[in-house]
Amino acid sequence: MGNTGDSSGPCEATHARRIVVCRLHVNGEPVAVAVPAHWTLLEMLRYQLGLVGSKQGCDKGDCGACTVRVAGDPVLACITLAVACDGHYVETVEGLGVGGEPHPLQRAFAERGAAQCGFCTPGMLMSAAHYLDALAVADAPIVSTDAIARALGGNLCRCTGYTKIFEAVAEAAHEVVDRSALLAGGDL
Amino acid sequence: MPKHSPISLPQRSTQPYSARQELPKLPHVGRSPDRVDGVDKVTGQTQYTDDLPFAGWYGATVRTPAARGTVTAVRFLEGPNWSEFAIVTAKDVPIHAQSVHAPDTSHGPSEGGHDTAVDLNIVQLIARDQPYLVRDAFRHKHEPVVLLAHPDRDIVAWAATKVLVLCDELPVILDHRVDPRPDQVQHGADNVLKAIGLRKGAGEDDAQLDAVFAAAPVVVHGEYDTGAQEQAYIEPQGMIAQVWLSAHDQHRPGWPSHPFRVRVQGSLQCPYYVHTAIKHLCNLPDELVEIAQVATGGGFGGKEDFPSIIAGHAVLLAMKARQPVKIIYDRVEDMLATTKRHPCTTYLRTAMDNTGKLLALDARVRMDGGAYVTLSPVVLSRGTIHAAGPYEIPHVRIDAKAMLTNTPPNGAFRGFGAPQTIFAMERHLDVCADRLGLDPAEVRRRNLVQVGGTLATGQVILEPVQLRAWLDRGLAAIDWVDKRSHYKVFNDLQVADGLPLRKGVGLATFMHGCGFTGSGEVNLASKCKVRAAKDGVIEICTANTEIGQGAQTVFAQVAADALGLELQDIRVIQPDTAQVPNSGPTVASRTAMVVGHLVARACDDLVRRMEDGGALAQARPKAMDYARPSKQSDGRGGSWQADDLRQAVAQVAGHPVMGEGWSEYEPPPGVIWDDVAYKGVAYGTYGWAVYLADVQVDTTTMEVKVLDFVALQEVGRVLHPTLAIGQIAGGVVQGLGWALLEEVTLDAQGAMKNANLTSYVLPTMADVPTIRVLFEEQPYAYGPFGAKGIGELPMDGPGPAVANAVAMALGCHVPAIPATPEKLLRWSTLSA
Ligand code: FES
Ligand code: FES
Repeated sequence: MGNTGDSSGPCEATHARRIVVCRLHVNGEPVAVAVPAHWTLLEMLRYQLGLVGSKQGCDKGDCGACTVRVAGDPVLACITLAVACDGHYVETVEGLGVGGEPHPLQRAFAERGAAQCGFCTPGMLMSAAHYLDALAVADAPIVSTDAIARALGGNLCRCTGYTKIFEAVAEAAHEVVDRSALLAGGDL
Repeated sequence: MPKHSPISLPQRSTQPYSARQELPKLPHVGRSPDRVDGVDKVTGQTQYTDDLPFAGWYGATVRTPAARGTVTAVRFLEGPNWSEFAIVTAKDVPIHAQSVHAPDTSHGPSEGGHDTAVDLNIVQLIARDQPYLVRDAFRHKHEPVVLLAHPDRDIVAWAATKVLVLCDELPVILDHRVDPRPDQVQHGADNVLKAIGLRKGAGEDDAQLDAVFAAAPVVVHGEYDTGAQEQAYIEPQGMIAQVWLSAHDQHRPGWPSHPFRVRVQGSLQCPYYVHTAIKHLCNLPDELVEIAQVATGGGFGGKEDFPSIIAGHAVLLAMKARQPVKIIYDRVEDMLATTKRHPCTTYLRTAMDNTGKLLALDARVRMDGGAYVTLSPVVLSRGTIHAAGPYEIPHVRIDAKAMLTNTPPNGAFRGFGAPQTIFAMERHLDVCADRLGLDPAEVRRRNLVQVGGTLATGQVILEPVQLRAWLDRGLAAIDWVDKRSHYKVFNDLQVADGLPLRKGVGLATFMHGCGFTGSGEVNLASKCKVRAAKDGVIEICTANTEIGQGAQTVFAQVAADALGLELQDIRVIQPDTAQVPNSGPTVASRTAMVVGHLVARACDDLVRRMEDGGALAQARPKAMDYARPSKQSDGRGGSWQADDLRQAVAQVAGHPVMGEGWSEYEPPPGVIWDDVAYKGVAYGTYGWAVYLADVQVDTTTMEVKVLDFVALQEVGRVLHPTLAIGQIAGGVVQGLGWALLEEVTLDAQGAMKNANLTSYVLPTMADVPTIRVLFEEQPYAYGPFGAKGIGELPMDGPGPAVANAVAMALGCHVPAIPATPEKLLRWSTLSA
């Protein structure tokens, strides 16, 4: 906010808003939300649905704190229009656990101290979850340093130096690979 | 090319941490239990300021359009329905006949003098020169002029662009290295915000010092520059204020005529700093102002002083709007308007004998303070004291100045002046080593201070430092000797074959003073309270904030081991000045060490009171010694049974005497500091460190890749290895960012040109290696169970270690950071 030189900021039409209705699935639940047409997915999640787990770190697509999954893909909710998600499945950190159980990534993050201030954590988790899912369906899943760095390279963290985050993701990824190996009947 | 390397993970540290020097095992301290705030953070349940349920108005700030001048008019343009807004300017804030407060002295004596008529519009800090809102004269671009509040978040942001601030401009000064022309002077006679002189040996006398230099076989000069740096906490600044006016004032416009109550919640490091600021702004007694910290998404110093200003703005708007008001900065505003690390230029002249032994150091330090005094005097102080490094130098003269420039004030940032001067000294020692044909590690080994040696302030080192042994361990960890010789060959071959890669290793040895400088801790007189709660849990009440470093977890560990209880028996209270005593700010690597020690002592006091009052059987053998756990205090506290203690706690909850335990800071013996002569014991203890970097530079693009990084430090007992490793790795990567990527560029009006995270580049996971963190543990007698501070130390070393490695790789001088590709290209071309 403020007149800090970004004249493209709040639009002139702000006071004459067009409201649109979006129908989508959020964390498995079908919802219909009426939002101003210019709102982003992040605004809809935070202000309309009360899902404040997804964070706003920059509002410009630079930090990754707002990362959620739309149709399975990691998406920067701060630069995605809410209307663009009409008809899609959206998943946020609030929906990450399965059946009341924490997601393996959440467990690994908690145990390895990968969440320090925690502000980047929801976005990190969503990017990492996408990476794990991709790994689970890969033909020959291998956990690699570069692949993890690529998967999380768009998520900034100022606290951890990434060391503990990397460890946590690698640990959860190894679990996925082990499980795939089991399912495939291969040797561990 | 992606490598498909199988990854071997370090073991999770659930086992006691084994340092090289084994310390007695404790049930909690020294182990790595899960963070107390961990589950909420990984499930998205933690609520930060903008996540809290909120029914109220939203605030926005209109700022100055130029660097210096006088506001001549404010125009409200067509568009917004201005009658819907709460609008605040400096005219709304009175100059009061009488303050109810004495000036704040927690930063040392106030420099503004104390007169009774006070302008409430002035931020209460070391000097009283910075307004909350510009009255007419202003000193930097993006200084706040008008505040707006409106029920709609979008509309207020849009309306802020519809306010035009007109001004007459005045000459500006943007370069801290040059003395001002008369028409650029805005502070005192010369724009010097603070000057400090430090002298040792012949440094006391200019002629004598000249004689030492004249007689010295090797004299090396150098000038070193470090740039500004944005704290870049991922959660931007934000505050919520609520005001309850008295019945008299409720329907009366204008400044309240009767006392009123204020509550502020927000993202902040230091609740009592904000408390001091707001009670002065509102001219209210202590008890009518409440400041509460909300879960905070990183601080790094950026939420030390600046939150007072946002809190003040939110309070002023809430008074006007008669509504709770929330101000959340967006990233651009946060980067444009809030503080940065002080840019610094250090000129060094050293005298050495032919073996590389330092004979004398002559230093001139100039920091860029920005437009107001804010915290520059204390930043300069830490920078000055750390300028001579952990070296025994017989003769020292350091002259340091913080200069006014017309940029937003520079403020607190992890390291607080020390990383700047340490960069200069550590880079300079490599230049000296080059001159002498010595290994840089060897030059340091010959000069590192030993037990009984003296630092530049005359402080005699009494703790059992073994810097040479620690240096050796660091060198071995990175394979220093082999790498240096292999890389020389590798580089020669690359050159011979016309190939672009160059490699190098570099190191830095340094120290960081723990806690406030000099008499700072005595002036703070921090207090801590623990209290018994009805559910049998003991609540820790301090003003020290969890900002990611794990403060809540280590306080719980310390209390549990001080009492012989489990972590579930301890609850750490979220800081709120209505609930917790003033245990000082969460800064200066002091929380775990100074306040952790207070927590342990307050626990002891609680038990003593329960014993004295008869609630707990009097069976304790003797007072506990937290620093050196012995049989009497083996972490199982005294000789009571944990269950007896739990029962007693539930019983005494709410009891006026037995229900609370208290402690107050007591300086360790011998900590005596002369703030005028700059002599004595500057810090009760230091963290000591050896950092080493291994880099590769691609000379085609001048991109620097850090291949390996070793951070070895002695920080007393490590309370929680996992957290400590995480905090240090975070500091190292922040330091690598400062060294290589993070460049603040200013426009002609002193405003940040690249105020966004696209063009101000932070390190990502793809940019950094896994940081290897190693510890030495020598328990410190006045920290909890022997702990020292670790927060800032890791910011000091990466800059010089990486710059030294790059200098070796490219065979050129690296006199400044950030060492961006453009600069590296220039320097390497110059030297070729
Ligand atoms: S808030 Fe969306 S990328 Fe930063
Ligand atoms: S944990 Fe604080 S930004 Fe990542």
